Amino acid sequence: MASITRAEVSHLARLARLALTDDELDRYAGQLDVILASVATVSEIAADDIPPTSHSVPLTNVFRPDELTPCLTAEAALSQAPAAEDSRFRVPRMLDEEA
Amino acid sequence: MTDVTTWTAARTAESIASGEVSAVEVTQAHLDRIAAVDGKVHAYLHVDTEGALASAAAVDARRGSGETLGPIAGVPLALKDVLVQQGIPTTCGSRILEGWRPPYDATVVSKLKSAGVVILGKTNMDEFAMGSSTENSAFGPTRNPWSLDRVPGGSGGGSAAAVSGYLAPLAIGTDTGGSIRQPAAVTGSVGVKPTYGGVSRYGLVAFSSSLDQVGPCARTVLDAALLHEVIAGHDPMDSTSVDVPVPPVVAAARMLDVRGLRVGVVTELDGEGYQAGVRQRFAEAVELLSSLGAEVVEVSCPSFSYALPAYYLIAPSEASSNLARFDGMRFGLRVGDDGAHSAEEVMALTRAAGFGAEVKRRIMLGTYALSSGYYDAYYGQAQKVRTLITRDFAAAFAQVDVLISPTTPTTAFPIGERADDPMAMYLADLCTIPSNLAGNTAMSIPCGLAPEDGLPVGLQIMAPTFADDRLYRVGGTLEAAYVDRWGHPLLEEAPAL
Repeated sequence: MASITRAEVSHLARLARLALTDDELDRYAGQLDVILASVATVSEIAADDIPPTSHSVPLTNVFRPDELTPCLTAEAALSQAPAAEDSRFRVPRMLDEEA
Repeated sequence: MTDVTTWTAARTAESIASGEVSAVEVTQAHLDRIAAVDGKVHAYLHVDTEGALASAAAVDARRGSGETLGPIAGVPLALKDVLVQQGIPTTCGSRILEGWRPPYDATVVSKLKSAGVVILGKTNMDEFAMGSSTENSAFGPTRNPWSLDRVPGGSGGGSAAAVSGYLAPLAIGTDTGGSIRQPAAVTGSVGVKPTYGGVSRYGLVAFSSSLDQVGPCARTVLDAALLHEVIAGHDPMDSTSVDVPVPPVVAAARMLDVRGLRVGVVTELDGEGYQAGVRQRFAEAVELLSSLGAEVVEVSCPSFSYALPAYYLIAPSEASSNLARFDGMRFGLRVGDDGAHSAEEVMALTRAAGFGAEVKRRIMLGTYALSSGYYDAYYGQAQKVRTLITRDFAAAFAQVDVLISPTTPTTAFPIGERADDPMAMYLADLCTIPSNLAGNTAMSIPCGLAPEDGLPVGLQIMAPTFADDRLYRVGGTLEAAYVDRWGHPLLEEAPAL
């Protein structure tokens, strides 16, 4: 497996919505490389006939009756919002004007 | 009056029920001790003085009106700051949630309140439960009551320090890779990771959803059992909670008999890399179990050596997805909302400002492991390791009733020692991770002090899924034998704060 480059770390940070500084990018490039080299040992196991386990509980679909139950009021849900307006979350512009 | 902060939860509840002491007196004694010594330990992030005294007064009123109280009614408890409690600040040790007051109670919190448990406050933790030392808290580290320059373990170092420092007889922790058991081991207390699906996670801020489990922290095995029974059970609000009866953990804690029980020593969880004093105390625990009539054999779990790498792929992958909800739009911190930045830019600025170094590191590690082209080699392969580890446990539990190992390879390390070396830090969870990956239940109990540094060593007991009662049977029996041998509980040897 290839080692991770600074450009890749920068791409990951963008995917993860983390506005990292240049110093952070340099530091994480080195650390992620060490960690990935270590965890890559999972590739040592021969895996062709082994099914993956996503979680340990033998449950697949969990259903409940389709009935209304009480939930948070709009006021309670908005009480902790960074910004609210007209009973809604106020958010920054979602669409860029530039094409 | 004797110092009620040194009492077990069991004795405290009995004394409140009999009228020897009031719940308000017990709560006030703990609040006083927190005010006096928590400046040194920093177990708590928030103390709810008013709420705690009001809950205690309500318990006293119920007793006064002739009501029969539950088994831990009136007992104070410290709640890890990763579970939501309505109106009480909940930060997960992160700046991104600083000042947030949840609008609802976690199911575990509702159950505690119904049982008359008095919630003293919220405990410190590694940010979003990522860490093994509580040094990753945005609000400063917690110190180990045994030695204030050492870590109390993590991520639940605050809960473990609260219990071992007599700042609460009970605490709630969460265990994703060892965050209840490893802090218990290095603070000389008892910690249990119940079976995955055994305790509701509704209202637990998710880190790694296929691994996270809520569980009890206490100073004795019986106290842990009493708390376990209160918080366990199926919850329709948590689709991963399993609808099976709660294992009889309290009865098991009182059995004090392991004769005929088959105990397996895991070959792979000992040897090179383990501190000499840890190995010595572990070997003594094995002998003690034999002398108490258990049948001890050695059992091999060859895939356990891949547990740590598999965990550090699965947990960060799930975390990178779970922590996407912290986007600065609906709750918590928002940075850069000045009209000039787009929503996407505000998200990136908020997350960069609000998350600490370890959280960012794991989010990127998880993003990498899940990205196209690497998914099969990393995440996919880790999930296959998980299958092999589950098979190892199944084969082992076909031969024995419980498995044992040291809980951690070393005793508490000095604050700062591993802060800049993520891989060294990750090794602290070497022995605890297999049970998270397989979902089975495990406990840590104190088994003595390491001769070279005088710090507590933990013994880990592992049992099959929904056989949590076996942990309490073995833990309770060993604990009684140790108290006989030492003449007192281990925590009495801790220096006064």
